[in-house]
Amino acid sequence: MNKLVSLINMFALLSLLAVGGGTAVLPQMKHETVGTHEWLSAEQFNDIYSLGQLAPGPNMNMVTVIGYHVAGIPGAILVLLAFYLPSCTLVFAVGKIWDHFEGSPWRDAVRRGMAPITIGLMMSGVYAIGRTATINLNHSMRHNLTTVAITMVVTAMVIQRIRHVNFALLILMGGAVGWFALRMV
Amino acid sequence: MKDAPAHAPNVSLAKLFGVFLYVGGTSFGGSVIAYLRDHLVSRQEWLDEDQFLAAAEIGQTVPGLISTNAAVIVGGHLRGAAGAIAAAVGMTLPGAIFVFILGLMYAQFKSNPEVGAVLSGVGAAAVGLILATTLQMGAREIKKWQDWIILIPAFVVVGIYHISLVPVAVLVPIAIQFNRPEAKELAAYHAQQASYHAQLAEHHEEVAARHAAATAESSS
Repeated sequence: MNKLVSLINMFALLSLLAVGGGTAVLPQMKHETVGTHEWLSAEQFNDIYSLGQLAPGPNMNMVTVIGYHVAGIPGAILVLLAFYLPSCTLVFAVGKIWDHFEGSPWRDAVRRGMAPITIGLMMSGVYAIGRTATINLNHSMRHNLTTVAITMVVTAMVIQRIRHVNFALLILMGGAVGWFALRMV
Repeated sequence: MKDAPAHAPNVSLAKLFGVFLYVGGTSFGGSVIAYLRDHLVSRQEWLDEDQFLAAAEIGQTVPGLISTNAAVIVGGHLRGAAGAIAAAVGMTLPGAIFVFILGLMYAQFKSNPEVGAVLSGVGAAAVGLILATTLQMGAREIKKWQDWIILIPAFVVVGIYHISLVPVAVLVPIAIQFNRPEAKELAAYHAQQASYHAQLAEHHEEVAARHAAATAESSS
């Protein structure tokens, strides 16, 4: 019961702090589930994040797996609600006001001001996941070289906008390379 | 603000839910917003390009996931609160069930080294995706030196110290201040608003006068 309450509190707060998308709150989510509450290991958190990338839809649905891991089926359902309901309610309200300020120079100021925050937060999300998934000092040199190579190739392919390559294929390709190169390491 | 909002097409709640359920169940590999655009603007023609961009812009600015936020805005625009709920649930449910099943399988096989190897590769690829998205967005949005004064503390406070509240509560007001509209821009906007209100008042007076004339005519 206590676990359910802390799960709901944590994810409802993260919902409202997710400026610019879910990546923004990955560092705090990882810190609280791995560090503060010790519900998961850093490896498990990353594995669950990776599972989320294999599923369709918004890329943070994996929070439901964290909820299940901590508190079973009720945890899975309540975490999902806690993570989506607050921000969805907020955006519904803002959507009504936003049109009202069309043409206002302040509206543009808010949008431009949020951009560097969003990017700083996304960078911190990349860092939070990357230092377990891409560069991990607990793993062998060979393991690290492989994961760094996968990350860099995927980054380059997305930036170069290789046409007709679905992002899902890049993820699956990463999994295939991982299976091939990392089984024995 | 002057134009009446474009008329929302008549879409049944079931159809709305169905389309979002389809997008939620087929949008593999991230960039869900691109799938949404394809279905809502190109296929269903429920919105025009500008309306969709406006929804995405709000979704980006307000906390929460951009795709889910955009779904709430579009659902709300088409069918009010019920539409917003239908869109958000449709968008989220298939992926949540999918990842839940993967989670059950993971709980079963997590000690298997082959599963671990696949997930290591998937994780490294996922980092590549968010890194590329971040770099692309950074190249597009970061234009002046003041942006770095905001960006670097946001990264340090959240990335190193894991406190998401600070950038939201402290940096947002500073960042908006850095980007505040120039006095002349604001003055122009206010003048435009004032002239709009004056026009409106004039129009009201005109209508009232016409009414008075009509009443006087019919009573004489």
